[in-house]
Amino acid sequence: MSTVIFFIAAIGAITGAIGVIVLQDPFYSVLALVGHLISLAALFLLLRAEFVAAAQVVVYAGAVMVLYVFVVSYVGREAAPLGQNPGRGATLGAFACGIALVIELFIAVLGSGLQAIGSDGAPYVAGFGTPEAIGKLLLTRFLAPFEIASYLLLVAAVGAVTLARRRGGLDEGIEGAPPTISVADLLRPRPLGTGTMAEAGGRVEVEQ
Amino acid sequence: MTIGWYLAVSALIFAIGAGGVLVRRNPLVVLLCLELMLNAANLALIGFARMWGNGDGQVFALIVMVVAACEVTVGLGLIVAMHRRRLPIDVDEMRELQG
Repeated sequence: MSTVIFFIAAIGAITGAIGVIVLQDPFYSVLALVGHLISLAALFLLLRAEFVAAAQVVVYAGAVMVLYVFVVSYVGREAAPLGQNPGRGATLGAFACGIALVIELFIAVLGSGLQAIGSDGAPYVAGFGTPEAIGKLLLTRFLAPFEIASYLLLVAAVGAVTLARRRGGLDEGIEGAPPTISVADLLRPRPLGTGTMAEAGGRVEVEQ
Repeated sequence: MTIGWYLAVSALIFAIGAGGVLVRRNPLVVLLCLELMLNAANLALIGFARMWGNGDGQVFALIVMVVAACEVTVGLGLIVAMHRRRLPIDVDEMRELQG
């Protein structure tokens, strides 16, 4: 039974991965990645990683992919101009690189001579991979990485807001701001209404 | 199924992601391919955690997911900033790093 589930999930994961790089529309690429992530969660379940599988579906296939869909619809689906696809040579080169990488990884991993690779895994204690076991590990042995990860998330959230906001305020794009992204934008004086909710609407009512 | 099968799937997914980074020019899809590569690494980590029968590899995979989420947030923020500046959304056109 687990063999059947393994093959279904593995084929789903590989098909989803191929779909991500083959489909032209970024929106469909994101959908293919969702399918890939869900198949991968099934593989995690087969490896007795219940908590990681649940986090994969909820955090990855849920929250992160919603972020992607938002940005795809904001930036526009025809982001890549048609007729300017990479040449046949570049595609073939990348394909050859991929094949070479697969062969190298197979040699490195499967040819490593580790005895346990051919086994079904070591016997594990009951409760392996449950939220309880992972939580205990995170709060005892891996407390420092856990805290650093939370700090990293905070830095990333602040960084994303700083990067993505309207730097030039409401005048951006009107006065022909230089088409670059620079640190100096943070220091320039900003026009009225910058950083307020009115900015999101794109105009500000000046009260006399 | 033995652990070797999972490692083989992981290697295939990693190579597909690497090929996608080389082929695609839309930075959104390049970010998706980076996700593929990180997920392949996660699959290998969890496979090895199962192989040894302890949870350290699973905690490692969770931390990788956190780092991936941070990378996505910052990357998508950059893409939105590029779009606001009306820069081309194309990794081949973004050749210069200007301060």
